[in-house]
Amino acid sequence: MDVAFAWLTRSFAFLVFSILAAILVSLVIGSQLTLEKYGFSFLWTAEWNPVTEEFGALVPIFGTVVTSLIAMLIGVPVSFGIALFLTELSPNWLKRPLGTAIELLAAIPSIIYGMWGLFVFAPLFQTHIQPFLIGTLGHIPFFGALFAGPPLGIGMFTAGIVLSIMVIPFIAAVMRDVFELVPPLLKESAYGLGATTWEVVWRVVLPYTKVGVIGGIMLGLGRALGETMAVTFVIGNAHRLATSLMAPGNSIASSLANEFTEAVGDVYFSALIELGLILFLITTVVLALSKLLLMKLARGEGSQT
Amino acid sequence: MDTSAVPAAQRPTIHTAVRATAPSDADVEPRQALRPKLSIRSLNFYYGGFQAIKNVTMDIPERKVTAFIGPSGCGKSTLLRTFNRMYALYPEQRAEGEILMDGENLLTTKRDVSLIRARIGMVFQKPTPFPMSIFDNIAFGVNLFENLGRRDMAERVEWALTRAALWNEVKDKLNQSGQSLSGGQQQRLCIARCIAIKPDVLLLDEPCSALDPISTAKVEELIHELKTDYTVVIVTHNMQQAARVSDFTAYMYLGEMIEYDATDIIFIKPKRQATEDYITGRFG
Repeated sequence: MDVAFAWLTRSFAFLVFSILAAILVSLVIGSQLTLEKYGFSFLWTAEWNPVTEEFGALVPIFGTVVTSLIAMLIGVPVSFGIALFLTELSPNWLKRPLGTAIELLAAIPSIIYGMWGLFVFAPLFQTHIQPFLIGTLGHIPFFGALFAGPPLGIGMFTAGIVLSIMVIPFIAAVMRDVFELVPPLLKESAYGLGATTWEVVWRVVLPYTKVGVIGGIMLGLGRALGETMAVTFVIGNAHRLATSLMAPGNSIASSLANEFTEAVGDVYFSALIELGLILFLITTVVLALSKLLLMKLARGEGSQT
Repeated sequence: MDTSAVPAAQRPTIHTAVRATAPSDADVEPRQALRPKLSIRSLNFYYGGFQAIKNVTMDIPERKVTAFIGPSGCGKSTLLRTFNRMYALYPEQRAEGEILMDGENLLTTKRDVSLIRARIGMVFQKPTPFPMSIFDNIAFGVNLFENLGRRDMAERVEWALTRAALWNEVKDKLNQSGQSLSGGQQQRLCIARCIAIKPDVLLLDEPCSALDPISTAKVEELIHELKTDYTVVIVTHNMQQAARVSDFTAYMYLGEMIEYDATDIIFIKPKRQATEDYITGRFG
């Protein structure tokens, strides 16, 4: 019986490997045409012209990376603040409602975020925030180019902000859970030395929970990289490489969602599949980088033996 | 416990012993009068609706070791945690009354609570090394209040570790994680971490409860050393330990201070029957 159980669970575990391999293989096979036609130059070609059948992935890759980066830049500090407040500062009666609200935020389907982003947030952003950003940050030399251009409402910056709202509940919930695992005595001993809440959290809680925290951030980043619906609504879907964050762009996932239906011709189809392959690889690289980061952090706190 | 278990060498004889409240210490330093470091006046403490400490009034003498003994749940740890306002981390806990340190009421002072905690160090039941190197474990607390150069910091770390009788064991591996040390070493690291910021008072909350006998002996020896510079308050479950390390002992039961006196009086000739029952093991 035990043997059978062991085999059963083992086969489930190996199922993960086989599915992973199957996806990778089918992506490679599906994109064979463009892989052969363009080689690596596919990665840095900005051209995307279905009529002449010229394809390059630079714009969607750029859009995916930039929107996810914006989402992380906004989402991680905010999530950290939420988790810090919930575990260290919040009065008890507020902890449960606030925690539940965050979990509810995570449960909202992404299409709702997309619609909200397009119909509520984008107009507000366009009329109030964007002109201000363009008027102030836009005038700084070099850096200002990121915020230049007309206030369109939709664009990469808007997509990044909507994404950040979508990843905050994930990151905040994971951070709160791991912060709560810190032994009270450890925190008390730091408080006992005269540390403030900030010093305790920054110097003791965060190093103690770094594996979980980075795990939570990666979970959020994974969601941001692969998010399709909400991004499609607000990113503008323009295959144009723009230096300004305010300009419309495109992301891998939203290109796929938008263009599969109209992909006529094998090359077009193959190019889209290759985009999927690239997204898959980006996620893998991000995961590998996070492991490397963890190893580096482990060295920073002194060896274990 | 039988009082004969107290080592004779560490036990002041009866006629030299004095009341805590009547200072004329003939024990160690006859010339130095006993000055109260902490004066607790009518202290009450509540966990929500539950009263854990009932109207405690006592003086804790400077540069002596004062032990709190009593059965589990009697409030001795709670009492200790009021001294550095550790309870203030938890919103449902509150204290009423006065705790005076050098004339300042710690419970109501306007000064920042972290400044109070820097003057009143605390060591806990279990060793709690921070997730950083041995060196940084000590430097962490020092950095909070002082801006030392690299060399001064290295000196301070060595001083604290030496004081905590740990330097010889760790001097070659200061960059290793504090969590790589043995339990006894970790606890001495925690003591070193406390004294590195040069507090006036050291609160030890059952510091040996997670340690083996050899580590316990080392920590006890250390406590004996430390009282030349610090006022030490120790909570212990172990009555022999109280008898070995302390100059004064307070017996608490159900949140009340039953008896507080010089340690040898408590252990040899307690005035209250309840105290005698507890220390002779006839409690209950």
